[in-house]
Amino acid sequence: MAVQDVLPSRKGSSGFSALNDQRVRGAIFQVLLIVAIVSFAWWIIHNTAANLRAQGIGFGFGILRDSAGFQINQTLIDYQETSSYVRVYFVGLLNTLLVSFIGVILATIIGFIVGISRLSKNWVVARAAYVYIEVLRNIPLLLQIFIWYFAVLRLLPAKRDAIDLGPFGLLNIAGWYAPSPVLGRGFALVVAALVIGIVATFVLRAWARRRQMATGEIFPLFRVALALIVGLPLIAYFVAGFTFANPPFSLEYPTPGNFGPRGGLRVFPEFIGLLMALSFYTASFIAEIVRAGILAVPNGQTEASYSLGLRPGHTLRLVVIPQAMRVIIPPLTSQYLNLTKNSSLAVAIAYPDLVSVFAGTALNQTGRAVEFILITMATYLTISLVTSLFMNWYNRSVALVER
Amino acid sequence: MKKSIVPLVAGAALAVTAVSASAATLDDVKAKGSVQCGVSQGLPGFSNPDAQGNWSGLDVDTCKAIAAAIFGNGDAAKFTPLSAKERFTALQSGEVDVLTRNTTWTMSRDTDLGLNFTGVNYYDGQGFMVPKDLGVSSALELSGASVCTNTGTTTELNVADYFRSHDMDYEVVAFEKADEVVAAYDAGRCDVYTTDQSGLYAQKLKLTNPDDHVILPEIISKEPLGPAVRQGDDQWFNVVKWTLFALINAEELGVTQDNVDEMKNSDNPSIKRLLGTEGSFGESIGLDKEWAVNAIKAVGNYGEMFDRNVGPDTELGIDRGLNKLWSDGGLQYAPPVR
Repeated sequence: MAVQDVLPSRKGSSGFSALNDQRVRGAIFQVLLIVAIVSFAWWIIHNTAANLRAQGIGFGFGILRDSAGFQINQTLIDYQETSSYVRVYFVGLLNTLLVSFIGVILATIIGFIVGISRLSKNWVVARAAYVYIEVLRNIPLLLQIFIWYFAVLRLLPAKRDAIDLGPFGLLNIAGWYAPSPVLGRGFALVVAALVIGIVATFVLRAWARRRQMATGEIFPLFRVALALIVGLPLIAYFVAGFTFANPPFSLEYPTPGNFGPRGGLRVFPEFIGLLMALSFYTASFIAEIVRAGILAVPNGQTEASYSLGLRPGHTLRLVVIPQAMRVIIPPLTSQYLNLTKNSSLAVAIAYPDLVSVFAGTALNQTGRAVEFILITMATYLTISLVTSLFMNWYNRSVALVER
Repeated sequence: MKKSIVPLVAGAALAVTAVSASAATLDDVKAKGSVQCGVSQGLPGFSNPDAQGNWSGLDVDTCKAIAAAIFGNGDAAKFTPLSAKERFTALQSGEVDVLTRNTTWTMSRDTDLGLNFTGVNYYDGQGFMVPKDLGVSSALELSGASVCTNTGTTTELNVADYFRSHDMDYEVVAFEKADEVVAAYDAGRCDVYTTDQSGLYAQKLKLTNPDDHVILPEIISKEPLGPAVRQGDDQWFNVVKWTLFALINAEELGVTQDNVDEMKNSDNPSIKRLLGTEGSFGESIGLDKEWAVNAIKAVGNYGEMFDRNVGPDTELGIDRGLNKLWSDGGLQYAPPVR
């Protein structure tokens, strides 16, 4: 064939045509790229080290063992002013993870509700969801954080005139002083009952599923599970109450003090403000993802479902949403990552997250910018990679299995 | 958002700036025709921009004096507002030439941060401000209080030391920007606002009802505030250091913004050396003979600078106190020009 004659032959025998070989060229470019990357990295490291030396700035991670000397208000682990910078790191990390984790859950719930509402046949509901999305996703997050913290939470009363929420503790501008749980001797019994209830529910579910497959009868699993998970611990609670002198579980209420309430479990307004802003902001993006996911499911699926006699609620829950999830999960992962990274804006409203206390205060007290920023970047990278891994695993587990 | 990534960007800048950036700052400054000073983001009396974006204050004047000493013109000073958190990285990375930003001179900053402090332009100490209706008259009654402050300052460490050594509980709420600290304190989020006393006087003006707040008598720390430069550039260190000393010496010698030209005819050898009519002290720091004259012409002597920006006749109404000249019983003391 004439065409083959003009094409360069792969089997070219002479050496000079090796450069024309795609595989050889590919290999050469890859080697060049690696050399370029390695030299760039070497140059960065070398130059940084030279500059640090020239300016008389030390380098090393030994400083992390020094005591920090400053206080942090919200700490999930034990922390004192005498604690080391390592502990500052963990305090900050846990605060970041806490606000991100709860934020992800809240944003997902709000996002799904708004996203589904957006497709509602009810004009008012659909419009309200539309307005929510357009308003919240178009206002910069930092501004929303300020609005929540400085405008909304500012409406709360002064520290000494706290609102009495009765069984839920006290609320004022310095936060929510929730009652804190006090565990008595019999509490282990209640926990044991809860574990038994959960295990029993799983066993029951497996049995109910087998029976439904075999006979088609639907077992009222939800009601029975509720009875097991709530009822059993309740019984255990009363049994323990009669057996031991002190109650297995009681609440310690905050009491008013000179500088605001004392005691109880403290939820800081900085946490609430950041959480609200992150959740509502991210939810507006999640809502659009959910809407797109649902619209991606062909209408024929819904029609088929209706023709089988399923109600709209069941259709949505059993037919549409599971198929939509395959479209929803990859962009949803990005939103979870965004929320986590955006939590670093916490510094603006004094929430002690990783960036604020570690890459902020600790960095400033030591002046070791390079070390602290390196650690902080590595940490966010790790959090993001772990989130991605988990979501990819989940994505695979719901992915369409082609038969 | 933009602010919180500055340390990162600056860190990256630090990584890639050429080694030569640390030396010969004076040449760089002369080449670009202006001095870049890091100042605070808006602290009345120290560095505060007006509606037109013109900066004024004690720290701003210190920078203008440096610019005038080099270029004969105080307008050659340019300002970069920096948060407490950003300031050192900005200086280290060469983003600013000098930090004239109420920064406390401490040993670790002077040694481990690669900085050199060039003197003290304000002797300060950390204090507390509380609302009057709290009924507190001493810092020792503050057990259990929540305290608003800035992150990344010596303030945070001092307050921790103070409360710990007096065995008092407290809760710290630390913001990045001073404006947010004021807003949170004003809203009642905290019972106490703590920072250097000069800062308290300045920030008090920003409150809704300044008269409802009182500054407690206790001073819990020494806070010598002064300009800082990068280590390893002695020539630039000398320029900044001696400009400040020239202003203090000028006050002691009675040289003012108005009489500086006639003072050149003075018979006093100290004045003659300062104003360049005798000796060549300007040349020895890489400037011309008129360096001190130009600095004084631009901002006046130290006393004039103090009175204009923070003194008793200003809104802040701060007494000279420790900042009086040594000859009046204060701490301001500059080595002689000779």
